[in-house]
Amino acid sequence: MTTGGAPADDNPYHSLTQETDPDPRWAFGTGFSDPLAGVTGAVPDGVAGEDLAAYCLMLGDDALVFSHRLQEWMTRAPELEEEAALANVALDLLGQARLLLQRAGRADGSDRSEDDYAFDRREHEFRQVRLVEGADPDFGALVLRLLIFSTFRLAVLDRLRGSHDPVLSAIAGKAVPELTYHRDYAAAWVIRLGDGTPLSHRRMTEALATICPLVLQLFTAHPVETRLAAAGVAVDPAEVRAEVDSVLRTVFEAATLSAPVCQPLPGVVCRVGRSGVHTEAFGHLLAELQSVARAYPGATW
Amino acid sequence: MSTPVANTADVTAARRIAGQVPDPELPMVTIGDLGILRAVTVDERRRLVVSLTPTYSGCPAMAEIFADVVGRLRRAGFAGVTVRTVLQPAWSSDWITAGGARKLRAAGIAPPARVTRHPAGQPIPLTLGLRRAAQCPRCGSTDTTVVSNFGATSCTALDRCRACLEPFEHVKEI
Repeated sequence: MTTGGAPADDNPYHSLTQETDPDPRWAFGTGFSDPLAGVTGAVPDGVAGEDLAAYCLMLGDDALVFSHRLQEWMTRAPELEEEAALANVALDLLGQARLLLQRAGRADGSDRSEDDYAFDRREHEFRQVRLVEGADPDFGALVLRLLIFSTFRLAVLDRLRGSHDPVLSAIAGKAVPELTYHRDYAAAWVIRLGDGTPLSHRRMTEALATICPLVLQLFTAHPVETRLAAAGVAVDPAEVRAEVDSVLRTVFEAATLSAPVCQPLPGVVCRVGRSGVHTEAFGHLLAELQSVARAYPGATW
Repeated sequence: MSTPVANTADVTAARRIAGQVPDPELPMVTIGDLGILRAVTVDERRRLVVSLTPTYSGCPAMAEIFADVVGRLRRAGFAGVTVRTVLQPAWSSDWITAGGARKLRAAGIAPPARVTRHPAGQPIPLTLGLRRAAQCPRCGSTDTTVVSNFGATSCTALDRCRACLEPFEHVKEI
């Protein structure tokens, strides 16, 4: 066996310029490989594939939608370092979403790809919590939303590492250290702004009042979550409430913010984000997210 | 089209070739140095199977690394290579080899410290304030500060040395 054909240089672009085989990529970074290439994992015994797929969509859509909101801050962040931080957080969440949506397509047997789920579903078919849907008026409101979301998601995925579904367990294992960085970042900013100037404190207080009605429903289990939690595959979100409350209390105290008393935002006949009932903001977000895919169906580059 | 692998010497050769693939974002180190290359094995039909693990969930370099591994192996005579993603156990910066850490430092990038794991079954503690900064790869001073935990790529943070005043990248502990 000869190694004579291997390139002598260490140019990472080498393979792109030397390939002779069919390769769909026309430039560095284009073409997306299957993020679960070669990962095998049957649906665990006693679990309905549709349930597992629905649960993957819940966790995947949370990440996909919030990642999109974070991406909207590119070129708008207050400083370059913060822009890089928001981009990093958005990229981590997008990566988690890709793995979860891909897993959904295997679990329900439809073999749909991550792109099929992201670009071909209609609004009511998305399963994210409504907390991640809104566009924030300022950076302070954004980091507050990020703090609440990453605290909740970290608590859920930390427990999900023990899932009986090996793929969910593995995805959670990768995501937990990423989310730990996200939460630390958001907490530090909430404290700086809450315990900052009178103006920043006032804005953080307003942001807290705006987001508060969306927090409680994070801990309300959808029937799919309840069924899968009983099978040891999912995490019942009610279980993480004490931990989330404790972390948020610590941060708010340091930030001299007090959590307001508020009424939860009502759903429609008790149906909320996990059942496909979303806020108005999500329709606008989705229109933009899907605009290219809908204008040029099936297009590749 | 695939070429059956004849013997273990071939697998060793293939592993060396795959291990030499540079990381697209940190080209001074290879995927062997970083611990991204998990295994090179042969399947029941005696074809090569290369197992890779992503550093971060959203690592945009995985597609490039896949293509580079397959391309280099093909040019070395190994056709029909299968590349598998391995997600568990999740990649940790602790898997960067001592040689990899040396190469990073020589290129002006601080290698990661060992990761301290929180005890299982307990909530992950909140870290308020930035973590302890790394040793400056330029002047060796430990009087450094973290500018941002998020840098130009997923796996790096941005630090600054108070002694020589230079900023430097730092591969994050994860």
